[in-house]
Amino acid sequence: MNVVATTQQVGSFVIDTTEQWGRSWIFLYRTVLALFKPPFRPFLYMTQILQIGVNSMLVIALIGLFTGAVLAVQGEYTLAKFGATAYTGPAVALSLIRELGPVLTALMVIGRAGSAVTAEIGIMRITEQIDALRSMAVDPIKYLMAPRLLAGIIAMPMLCGMFNVVGIFGGYAVAVGLLGLSPGTFMSQIMSSVGLVDVYSGFIKATVFGLIFGWVACYKGYTCGFGAQGVNKATTQSVVTASVAVLIVDYFLTSVLTRVFMK
Amino acid sequence: MISVRNVHKSFGSQVVLDGLTMEIEPGKTTAVVGPSGVGKSVLLKLIMGIMTPDEGEIYIEGENITSARSESRKNEIRRSLGVLFQAAALFDSLTIYDNIAFPILERIRISSSKAHAKVLDIAEALSLTPYLLNYPEQVSIGIRKRVGMARALITEPKVLLVDEPNTGLDPLDGQEVYDLINACKSQWGFTGLVISHELPEVFQVSDRVAMILGGQIITEGSPAELIASTNPAVQQFLNGRTDGPIKIQ
Ligand SMILES: Nc1ncnc2c1ncn2[C@@H]1O[C@H](COP(=O)(O)OP(=O)(O)OP(=O)(O)O)[C@@H](O)[C@H]1O
Ligand SMILES: [Mg+2]
Repeated sequence: MNVVATTQQVGSFVIDTTEQWGRSWIFLYRTVLALFKPPFRPFLYMTQILQIGVNSMLVIALIGLFTGAVLAVQGEYTLAKFGATAYTGPAVALSLIRELGPVLTALMVIGRAGSAVTAEIGIMRITEQIDALRSMAVDPIKYLMAPRLLAGIIAMPMLCGMFNVVGIFGGYAVAVGLLGLSPGTFMSQIMSSVGLVDVYSGFIKATVFGLIFGWVACYKGYTCGFGAQGVNKATTQSVVTASVAVLIVDYFLTSVLTRVFMK
Repeated sequence: MISVRNVHKSFGSQVVLDGLTMEIEPGKTTAVVGPSGVGKSVLLKLIMGIMTPDEGEIYIEGENITSARSESRKNEIRRSLGVLFQAAALFDSLTIYDNIAFPILERIRISSSKAHAKVLDIAEALSLTPYLLNYPEQVSIGIRKRVGMARALITEPKVLLVDEPNTGLDPLDGQEVYDLINACKSQWGFTGLVISHELPEVFQVSDRVAMILGGQIITEGSPAELIASTNPAVQQFLNGRTDGPIKIQ
């Protein structure tokens, strides 16, 4: 193996990655800054919340329902080994609110809307629509990216909240309807064991995931390469990068938030 | 006034512009001609500041757009521009009406009823009225090009940059575009740069003609001077011969 060539390859990989990393942070910085600069175009923000948030509701409710249902089945199975099926309710609710709600909502929104956002912006890039905006003195970061980023940040916690509610309902239906647990126990145990800190930490996570979603989807579209293949690559990378980032950030965020709220 | 000074631009190892210098006097229009791939569209993107030259400077109305650091500084200069892209670059999520209205609503403080009247006026002049509620994907290339033209002219720009206004248009529509350019010129007057392959039709809207070859302007003058030029490359280009100094790629 040629040592020089390998060293060069490793070197250029490191440089490229560092550069991308830096650029993406500058991009985020500029997008966040643009959120606070006039002119504000409420209609653009509304459209994006509609496309990213409202249009994701059905699929989020559907997976929420079944996630809650399967948690009830699994929870009851495990807890029965300890004679503690009375805690099925909290098992479902805590798993959903603290962990599965934010993560599954984020993964679903990334798959559904993240790919769409990247493809849309990528196509605008390759058909020179972004250049046209700039030529007209309209900042594409402000016009295209800021509304999508904010829509992600707003929509994600709301979708997550809906996921949790529907999920607990699904768990309730299975636990009470099929597994024969007492409805009163299911609900009262949830109320006594789920605290506001659990809800907070779930929502903080969802908000951060919303930011990751918008950031990655917009950045990948904005920096998309040439032609249909460029858009194709950007879309794939957008979904993979955002999903991986969500899971990695989730671990660290969970550790930190658990520490903070435990005190 | 547009002043391009010693501009170099390469993509990787491919040198596109190699010390190009040209001046367009205030209120005059220059047609830029030259073989395909010679860098005409790149020149236009450099002038509007969406590409940066490797070397050299470009001034628009006395403002240096190449040294403008921030995008907002560049945007101040861009406010005087009206641009037509080679592929029209219309916003595909907006109707043709909204595409034409976009620059006035975004850039100029104007009441929406005035904007409406302006859109209808310019749509009338370019025979676009029947298509106003269509989306760009639903109309032909020739119509899209005319919409792009309307979008470029509606703000009454001081500087007009158009990339092949007539490609894809039939001779009648093409004449309509030229007539509109001339009408606008006498209405408010602009400094213009028109890229075109339509010789000699484009001469009716141009005071000067410049030909690009090998990354530089090889000849610049009035249309009559271009036609009378003894430069073999110019003559080959004008007469559409395949043999001569210009190599066909
Ligand atoms: N973004 C880019 N990246 C890499 N190369 C580019 C880019 N834009 C243009 N080029 C190259 O620059 C050269 C000039 O392109 P340009 O589009 O300016 O040609 P043109 O003179 O407008 O041709 P035509 O008359 O066919 O429109 C081409 O060889 C093209 O490959
Ligand atoms: Mg071109």
